[in-house]
Parts: sequence; structure tokens; C-alpha cells
Amino acid sequence: MPTLDALCAQALCVFTKALTGARMLWIGCTPMATPRVYYANHNSHGDFALIWACLPDDLRERTRPVAGSDYWLKGKLRTYVAERVIRAVLIDRNPETRTEDPIKQMTAVIEHGDSLIVFPEGTRNTTDEALLPFKSGIYHLAHACPDAEFVPVWIENARRVMPKGKLLPLPLLCTLTVGAPITLAPGEDKDAFVPRTRDALLALRPPEE
Amino acid sequence: MTPAQLTYSLFAGIGAVLLLASIVGWALKTGMAKGQPNPTIDNLNARIKAWWVMVLVIGLSFMFGKPGVILLFAFISFFALREFMTLTYTRGADYLALAAAFFVVLPAQYILVYFGWYGFYSIFIPVYVFLILPILEVVTGDTKRFLERMSKIQWGLIICVYCISHVPALLALNIPGYEGRNLLLIAFLVIVVQSSDVLQYVWGKLFGKHKVAPDVSPSKTVEGLVGGVLSATALGAALFWITPFNPWQAALMALAINVMGFFGGLVMSAIKRDRGVKDWGHMIEGHGGMLDRLDSVVFAAPIFFHLTRYWWNVAAVPG
Repeated sequence: MPTLDALCAQALCVFTKALTGARMLWIGCTPMATPRVYYANHNSHGDFALIWACLPDDLRERTRPVAGSDYWLKGKLRTYVAERVIRAVLIDRNPETRTEDPIKQMTAVIEHGDSLIVFPEGTRNTTDEALLPFKSGIYHLAHACPDAEFVPVWIENARRVMPKGKLLPLPLLCTLTVGAPITLAPGEDKDAFVPRTRDALLALRPPEE
Repeated sequence: MTPAQLTYSLFAGIGAVLLLASIVGWALKTGMAKGQPNPTIDNLNARIKAWWVMVLVIGLSFMFGKPGVILLFAFISFFALREFMTLTYTRGADYLALAAAFFVVLPAQYILVYFGWYGFYSIFIPVYVFLILPILEVVTGDTKRFLERMSKIQWGLIICVYCISHVPALLALNIPGYEGRNLLLIAFLVIVVQSSDVLQYVWGKLFGKHKVAPDVSPSKTVEGLVGGVLSATALGAALFWITPFNPWQAALMALAINVMGFFGGLVMSAIKRDRGVKDWGHMIEGHGGMLDRLDSVVFAAPIFFHLTRYWWNVAAVPG
């Protein structure tokens, strides 16, 4: 018997895929169960669901989105979805109130053999820029998990599906393009690694009109 | 034959054609390609497989009669509009107009078609929605590329919702001596227009030499066009027994359907070419998107509907 949590997860996947017809194009690597950090551009609240729904079932069970506890622990429903359905790794984005080190929380997941979904821009991009500058967390995570593969995932169209402040998503087709994995090179520092991961993600973006 | 018997024999015939196509596809794969990957043959087989699914879905909807057919084409419109709007430039300010298009206009049009309210569904999108959409756009205050954004949403609605809804609208025509058989009118339209696509493809692959529109659709040839349209017209004439038409009327109807279908394909290709894509989407394996399969139906359906309505429909006598 599938649990209620699993049923909700299945329903979320079916709904997301039915609405957006989302396709995941693996152009840089194949789906594999090795510990990976999928990192993506962040335009809408639906981004987690998109990546998560598009992963093959066996990978999805072992892939956990990293999300801000300030947003996801507000209200019973959000908390339930975050903790039980998508099994998010909830981190406190405010260094003042933080009791746990986010990098340690994420490292524990990777060491357990699971994968992560992160949005290195740190927040939703509501500007006209294609991609905001990355926070340095992605480097610190790579430093703590030197064997983990960092896999760029460009999400196209999610912003049009759920524009800022709108509750009802529009049915438009989304495409997720998965690039080649990146690992931290020996001796590579923050100022080299962070832009390198960002450029790899931008390279997956379809040409503008 | 009763309408049900006609429908069954028709579907049996389609099944036989598909079976033959599957056998040919299998023979090509094992014989000519020796089981090795071959893009043309693999695409042909993917198309045949998708045809089985499409025929199955249409057959299933026919079993549920009018509600089934209306629901099927409402979903087809939804998928088509989704593909169209995805490839169209819109801005955040278009949210309201887009939400209205998907969640209000589309269902409303099909509900009106369901109740057969011809006087309203034939002007709902061209008049009411035409005027209300720009109002929904202008209240946002975003004037950037205003005319372009507004026009594209309207064109998408006309093509994907208004035109496609004329297929199930055939059910409400009242043709003396043809009562209870209107589903077969849909079958006639779909079979003729789709076989025209298939036959143009086959004739083109076998004898195609001279490109008919090299700048728009390089795969279309004069040989494919002439051979496909003529043979599909002959097929239409041969299908007169499922229609209210006599053989030469059926042939002329089929010709009108095929010519509109051909140019529909060409127009929709021009849009794809301008947007820099090969297919509208990826829903249907081997064919591309819903609109790739439907471009010819979109252009043929309203014309077929109105020709049939003008000459054959008799208004129900009140009282």
C-alpha cells in the first residue's frame, strides 16, 4: 500500500506534468543514481516541482530539494508538502537565527548517497535578467563534497507558467535541459568555480528571439 | 446498414489499413534496414504506431457519442492552444488574457457547441472575445508590443479553439435522411484530410522531385501535392456511402477539404519557420505536436462545416 505521502507526491508529479507538458532533455549526461547536485535557474515556486516531477521515479525518491524554511514552514499545508511529500532539506537562510549549518545539512544528504536540487541564485529571480549572480554556497558545498557531480538544469518557461504573485498557473509547455556534470577541480577556488557553474547553466539556455 | 453498423465497418476498414501499414513498416525495418536504425523508416513506424493510438482515442470518444466527441476536441484545442501560446511572445501583463483564453473562452466555446447554439458559438470568439481580450490587455497598462501581443492571442484562439470546434459542431447539423449519422460526417472529414496528409507524404517520398514551396516547407513537393490531393479526393468519393452526398458531391467536398488542408499545413509551417522550430511540440511520437498533426484539419473543418451547412442543413421547424 502506498502511503498518503507517496500518493501526494505522485499527484503533484502528474499535475505538474499534465499542466506544463514538461520534458527533460538529458543532453549532457544520463540519469544516474550517483550523488548529484542538480542546480537550476529559479523563476517560480513551481521550479522544485518541475525538476522533481521530471526525474525518473527511482531517482526522484533519492533526490531532495533544498528550500528556505522561512517560506516552507509557514502554514500546515506548506510544511506537510515540504517535509513529507517532497522531503525538502529545509535550511534557514538567515545567518542570525540559524541553528544548523546549511552546508552540513546538504553534505549529510550527499554522504548518504542521495542527490540534491538547489537554486544557487539564492532567491527567485523576478528581474529581467536571465540569471542572477550565484551565491557562494555552491562552492562551499562542492568543497565539502568533492566527489559530488554538479549538474546544471535550465528551466525554460516556468516564469510564464506562474508569474510572480499569481496563484493560478497558466498551461504553457516547459522544457528542462540537463547539461554535463561539473566537479570541483583540484585547487580551484571560489572565484573560478562559482562563475564556471553559472556559465555552464547559461549555456543551456535557448537563444532569445 | 444502421449508423452503428456503418461506423463499425468504417473502423474495421481503418484498422485493416493500419494493419497493412504496420506490416509494411515491419517489412521495411527487417528487410531494407535489416533491423538497424534508419531515421526515415523509424519515423514511419513511429507515425504508424501513433496512428493506432489516435484511431483508438477517436474510436473511444465515438463510443460515448456527442459528449465524448466534444470532450475529445476540447482537449485537442487545449493542447493545440498550449503549443501555440508557448511559441508566442507574451509578457507578464498578458496573464489575464491568457488565463481567460485557456480557462474561460475554450470551455465556453465547447459548451456552446455542445448545446448547438449556432447563433452564439459562431460569433462568440470572432465578436465578443475579439473585443473583450484587448480590454483585458489594456487595463494592465503595458503598451509594449501591444498590437502584436493582442493579435497573437486572438489568432491562437481562432485557430486552436474556434476552427477546431467546427469539427464537433458537425454533430448538430440537421440533414434530412441522415439523422443519427452525424458522427460519420466527422469521420469523413478526419479520414479525408488525414489521408491527404499521409498520401502527400507517400507520393512525395516515392516520386517527389520538384519542391512546391522551398522557402516554407522544403519537404513538400509538386508530385506529393498533386498525387496526394487527387488520391485523397478519390478516397473521399469512394466514401460517399457514409455521407449525405452522392459520389461527385463527396469528391468535390473532399477536394475542398484537401486544398484547404494543404494550405493550412503551409501556413502553419510558415509560422514554425519564422519561430525557428521544426515542430509545434512533442506530444505525438513521430509526428511532433498536436498542431503538427492538426494543421490541415484546422483549415479544412470550418469550410467543410459551412459548405455542408449551406447546402444540406435544414433548420428544425419550430413547434
